[in-house]
Formats: sequence, C-alpha cells, structure tokens
Amino acid sequence: MDSQAIATGHAAEVHDEEHPAYLRHHFVTVDQQRETASFGMWLFLLTEIMFFGGLFMAYLLYRNWYYDAFVASSNTLGIGLGTTNTAVLILSSFTMAMGVYSAEMRNRKGLITSLSLTILLGMVFLGIKTIEYHDKYTEHHIPGASFSVEDFVHPTDKRDVPLAPDMAQHAQLFFFLYFAMTGMHALHMIIGISILFVLLYQAWHGAYVNGHTSTIDNFGLYWHFVDIVWIFLFPLLYLISRHPLK
Amino acid sequence: MSEPVQHEHHIVGPKTYLLILLILMVLTATTTGVAFIDLGIWNPIVAIGIACFKAVMVILFFMHIRYSSKVMMLTVGAGFFTFLVLITMTLSDYISRSWGLW
Repeated sequence: MDSQAIATGHAAEVHDEEHPAYLRHHFVTVDQQRETASFGMWLFLLTEIMFFGGLFMAYLLYRNWYYDAFVASSNTLGIGLGTTNTAVLILSSFTMAMGVYSAEMRNRKGLITSLSLTILLGMVFLGIKTIEYHDKYTEHHIPGASFSVEDFVHPTDKRDVPLAPDMAQHAQLFFFLYFAMTGMHALHMIIGISILFVLLYQAWHGAYVNGHTSTIDNFGLYWHFVDIVWIFLFPLLYLISRHPLK
Repeated sequence: MSEPVQHEHHIVGPKTYLLILLILMVLTATTTGVAFIDLGIWNPIVAIGIACFKAVMVILFFMHIRYSSKVMMLTVGAGFFTFLVLITMTLSDYISRSWGLW
C-alpha cells in the first residue's frame, strides 16, 4: 500500500506537466477520476431504482387485487399517445448519447445541437403527457371528489364489461398510481430539462469540450435512467390489459 | 501485475448509438403491436420481457456498462437484484397469506 502510494506520488511528479487542470489532486489519473464520478452517479441511480421500485411494487400488488378495475382503467388510456411518447423519449435518449459523444470528441457545435434536441424532445414528451392528463380531467378520471365511476359502471363501448360500483371505485386506485408514477416520472423530466438548460448555457460558453466530460456523462446516465423508468411504465400502464384473462 | 487504479476509458461511437436506437424503436413498435394480439396469459409476459430487453440495451450501450469495469457492472447488477428481492419477498408474502383460498 505504502510503496504504491509512494510510486504513484513519484509518477505524478515526473508527469506533472501532462496533468490537465481539472484532475483533482486526490486522483491518480483522469480515467480514475472519471470512473469515480460515474460510480457515485450510479449509487444515486440505485436509490432511484428503489424509489420507483416501491411504486412498481404497489402497482403490481393492487393490479392483482383489483384486476377488473385495473384492466378497465388501463384500457381508457390512449395507446397511440403512449407509443408516440415512448418513441419520443427513446429518441431523446439517443440525442443525449450523441451529446456525450460530442463532448468526448470536443465538438462544441455537436454538443450544443444534441443538448438542444434533447430539451426539445423532452418538452414534446411533457406536452403529450399534458394532453393525456387533460383527457383524464375531462373524463372525470382523476381520483378524488370529482372522480366518476360512470364510464366503468355503464361503459359506452359494447365490448367493455360493466363493473360493479364497488369494483369501479377501485379504478381510483389505478388512476392514483397512474398519476403518481407518470407524475414522478414527469417531475424527473422537468428537473432533467432544467439541468439541460444550465448545461446548454455552459456548453455555449465553451464548457465540457476540454476533455473533462464527467458532468455531461453523469447527466446522460440520469436521462437514460428516466428513459428506462418509462420503458417499464409504458407496458404496465398502457399495454398489458388489452386482453384480460376471463 | 499490479492493481489497476483505473479502467481504460472507451468512447462509444454514433454507429453503435444508431443501431441501439433502431433496435429500441423496432421493439417499441413490436410491443405495441403484440398488445393487440390475444396471447392469453402471455401478453404481460411478452410485454415485460421486451421492456427488460430494451432496458438492458439502454444500460449496456447508452449508459456504457458494456464497456465499464467489473465493479460498475456488479454495482448496477446489485441495484436491480435488490429491486427483484423487493418484488419477490413482498409477493411471496401476499401469495402465501391466504394459501389455497384463491
């Protein structure tokens, strides 16, 4: 241990002029610093997995308890808007990945373009989400005092099986989880877009193209994580109830 | 051979990113299409399976875990394993509480 510390200390002295200014003194190399930053970011993302994991767990359990209500509620969501949003978010993950690549390549223009496109696509996602939320509002499907079981007790579509009023009440549970899960996801998007504006401002003034890309790398990890959450929300909320078990 | 203090940095290129984007888009279309086909009990299984595959693609390539050191792979694996423990332990409790009554 000691000999290694001395050896690296010696190496640092010898190659002092090669060290970039952004290499902190407690790291031996740039790559070690980069990996440490990325490791820290992943530890944060692990806490995020458990945070969203609790919501996923609640959804899984209540879907089994109140299966009919969850199936009927799930089928009121627009599958077209959901699919479009999934595509938009995946595309935004791609533009973010290209942003990380541009930063690595020290390409300021590419970085600015990528970050701008990511902001744009993130906003398109939130816009579509707003339309969906508004639909739920006009349909009285928001849980609470103005919630109406009408659509579930007397469905207009002949193919839908009417629910008993007490089971229809449990549709509120689906919509509570729907708003909690997509709402927390949207909050992560809003925070992400806010940070993206800061990164864009800094990139505009020439940051992140000097080889020190940890901030962009770590934000990329965050953005991709938010994408992964949606990759699971999409089938659970929109897709898996189209053909319920009788 | 001495202890490495770092893992060699690997830059993932646009070609890889484009390929992953294509795979993710095709799988999104597939999972939506499959939702309209009646597969009985297999509908949720296929949908979650495709979602898991997409997530793994994002983690391995967009998040560079494919090119990361073993300690990073282990950390990410541990995170998702802990999530599976949460699901498995909770569900086994609920399933076994009213054993035989369902």
